[in-house]
Amino acid sequence: MNQQIHDIILAHAGLPAGVEITDETDLYRAGMKSFASVQLMLALEEAFDIEFPEEMLNRATFRSASAIERAVSQISSATLVA
Amino acid sequence: MDASVTLLDQLIAEGLLIRTGVEGLYGRSGVFEDVIVRFEALVSRVGGADGAEVIRFPPAMTRRQLETSGYMKSFPQLAGTVHSFCGGDHDHMDLLATLDEGGDWTQKQEATDIALTPAACYPLYPMVAAQGPLPPGGRLFDVQSYCFRHEPSADPARMQLFRMREYVRAGTAEEVQAFRQRWIERAEEMIASLDLPYEVVPANDPFFGRAGRMMKVNQREQGLKLEMVIPVANAQPTACLSFNYHQDHFAHTWGVRLADGGPAHTSCVGFGLERIALALFRHHGLDPAAWPDNVRRVLWG
Repeated sequence: MNQQIHDIILAHAGLPAGVEITDETDLYRAGMKSFASVQLMLALEEAFDIEFPEEMLNRATFRSASAIERAVSQISSATLVA
Repeated sequence: MDASVTLLDQLIAEGLLIRTGVEGLYGRSGVFEDVIVRFEALVSRVGGADGAEVIRFPPAMTRRQLETSGYMKSFPQLAGTVHSFCGGDHDHMDLLATLDEGGDWTQKQEATDIALTPAACYPLYPMVAAQGPLPPGGRLFDVQSYCFRHEPSADPARMQLFRMREYVRAGTAEEVQAFRQRWIERAEEMIASLDLPYEVVPANDPFFGRAGRMMKVNQREQGLKLEMVIPVANAQPTACLSFNYHQDHFAHTWGVRLADGGPAHTSCVGFGLERIALALFRHHGLDPAAWPDNVRRVLWG
C-alpha cells in the first residue's frame, strides 16, 4: 500500500517538479495547495475503494504519506469489521 | 410585533424593497439607496487616506476569466453566465413558436463571452497581473460591484444580485496580513459607531459538495476567512463584512508578482452593502429619519 500511496501523491498532490518525499514529508510545506489536497483525497478514495468519513476530512489526515497510510488502514479495517 | 410578519414583509410594505416575483431579486427605493450611499461614504472616510486606486468594473467579467479563476471548481452552484440568442431567421421563428407554446425557448440560446461577477474583486486580479510586477510596498485597490450568486432564498439578506464594496491589498504576506488586521479593527469601530451588535468569527466559503467540505475545513484551520456577523433577519446572525487572506492563491492563478518576481499575497475586506443596510433597518427601524441621533450623525454628518 505504501508504494501505491506514494505514486498517488506524486500524481495528484501538485508538488513542484523534482520534490522528493519520504513517508514523513509534510506535503503542505512541500507545496501541496488546498485544491490539490482535495484531488489527492478523491484519488485515494478511488484507488482504495473507500470513503473518508467527514471527521477525517481535514489537513492532518493528508499531511504526509504515513498519515495517509494510517487513515486508509483505519477506514479499510473498519469496513472489514462492518 | 407579529412574529409571522417577517423583516422582508415589512421592507416590502414600507416600499424599501420592491418584489419582482423571483426570490432574492428586488428593487430598492430611494430611501434604501440613500442608506447605501451614506454607508459607502463612511467606508471611504475611514479608508480613503490609504490612497487606494479606485477601479470599477461592470457587474460582469469575461467567461474565460471565470474559468481561469477556478470558480467552477469551488462554487459551480452559484455561478451565472450570460446567454443570448445567436441564431438566424429560421431559429428565430422556432424560438417564437416555442414561446407561443409556453415551451423552453432558452434552449435556443448560447453562452456568450460574459459571466456575472461573483465577488467584486474577481475581475481585479487578472488586471493587476497583466499590469506587471507590483511596485515595492505593493498595491491597494478600492472596488465595488453588483455581484451575482445563484441562491434563491426568502431571506432578504441572501439576495441573488447585491453590491459588494471592497478594499483589496496585494503585496508580501506580512503587508497583506497587517492590512487585514487593521481593517478588522477599523470595521469594529465603524459598526460599533452605528450601534449595531456584532461579532467577528472564523468562517468558510460555501464550497460545493464533498470535496468542498474539505476546502471549508482547510480554510477554517488556516484562519483564512473571518466574518463580522450581525443579526439581520434570522435567528443566526448574518455575515455583513468579511476579511479574507488568499495567501498566494492569485499569484498561482493569475501570475500576480512582487517586485522581485516572487509570488504576491493578497487579502481583501468586503462590505456586503445591502446586508449592512438591512441590519440598520432591522435594528433602528424602517424610517432612517427616526434613527438615533448618534447613528444619523455618523452617516449623514
